[in-house]
Amino acid sequence: MKINHGFTKVTVDQLRDANAAMLSNYEVYQLLTDLKEKRKEMVKNKHSTGQQNLNTIMYETLKYLSKTPCAHQNPDTVKKFLTSMLPHKLTKAEKLQLLNHRPQTAVEIQLMVEESEERLTEEQIDELIQKVTDVLPGDPQKEADASADPEMETDQ
Amino acid sequence: MFVLVEMVDTVRIPPWSFHRQLNDAIAEELNKKLANKVVYNVGLCICLYDITKLEDSYIFPGDGASHTKVHFRYVVFHPFLDEILVGKIKGCSAEGVHVSLGFFDDIIIPPESLQQPTKFDEAEQVWMWEYETDEGAHDLYMDQGEEIRFRVVDEVFIDTSPSGPSAKKEGPSAAATAPPAGAEDSAQQKEAPYTLIGSVSEPGLGLLSWWNS
Repeated sequence: MKINHGFTKVTVDQLRDANAAMLSNYEVYQLLTDLKEKRKEMVKNKHSTGQQNLNTIMYETLKYLSKTPCAHQNPDTVKKFLTSMLPHKLTKAEKLQLLNHRPQTAVEIQLMVEESEERLTEEQIDELIQKVTDVLPGDPQKEADASADPEMETDQ
Repeated sequence: MFVLVEMVDTVRIPPWSFHRQLNDAIAEELNKKLANKVVYNVGLCICLYDITKLEDSYIFPGDGASHTKVHFRYVVFHPFLDEILVGKIKGCSAEGVHVSLGFFDDIIIPPESLQQPTKFDEAEQVWMWEYETDEGAHDLYMDQGEEIRFRVVDEVFIDTSPSGPSAKKEGPSAAATAPPAGAEDSAQQKEAPYTLIGSVSEPGLGLLSWWNS
């Protein structure tokens, strides 16, 4: 599929708020997945000229997001995650990054939390990693591979 | 990396679409206009989120189509400053490491923002981190296709409107010499309207394979 490397510029009459809200990868993934379903029913329309740009950006964005932790999230896990983050006093941007990336190491946490050396002790960083790992689902395939016991493999 | 942007625009619905539900026709037109396009100083538009207000539709003399002022919210790709992102290395050049997210291609990590010390291998056209350990130096190559974690440190929006005729005008008698205007135009068109500048000069940044135990 040809990617539109040369993005073209458009303008609208009025920009009311260029930053009305931050969206998590999960929210965008859900939105695009739902839109894709709706458009499947409109077979005639989605192939008409002019719809190609929407098709392309939807396909590529879904492809990217499907390989990130958000593809395994649902409204409950997101809510549970945000609740578990309350005592840590993180900013919205920091929580968003933890949600989007599901960091597994201290080094990743330190990248996403500003001035983490001053705000978090080593134990608190470990606590964050534990919460992120427990509350947010990982990639089931990767975890199945990781836990596969090589000694159990037999020729079939 | 995604934000919701509130915008207002006038949407034109041609008469042959009058039988359709107004909201559906409007949604389709907005996506046709904005999806996969860059709005200056806003970001790369992905898709319509919702329509918040429809003002009255008007038909103007000479044009059978209806014109409706629409207030709506659009999903836009616009990472915030210092955000951490993961992409794939598209390739290397003297300008730095080019990274892509698939849906967004114009990300560059300049040489000064790579893990230091770093060297450009001209023969292989690849940047490599000369990583020192007690056992000696390891050359860690930043190969095409590798997943890379980087921090967004800057963004550049370029207004890519046509600039009009160039200042140096060739008279009709100079038509024999091919003007370089063609080359200039194509160079200008190659400049992306929205570019992200990244950095990997911190622990944890760079190829994922460098940090996975």
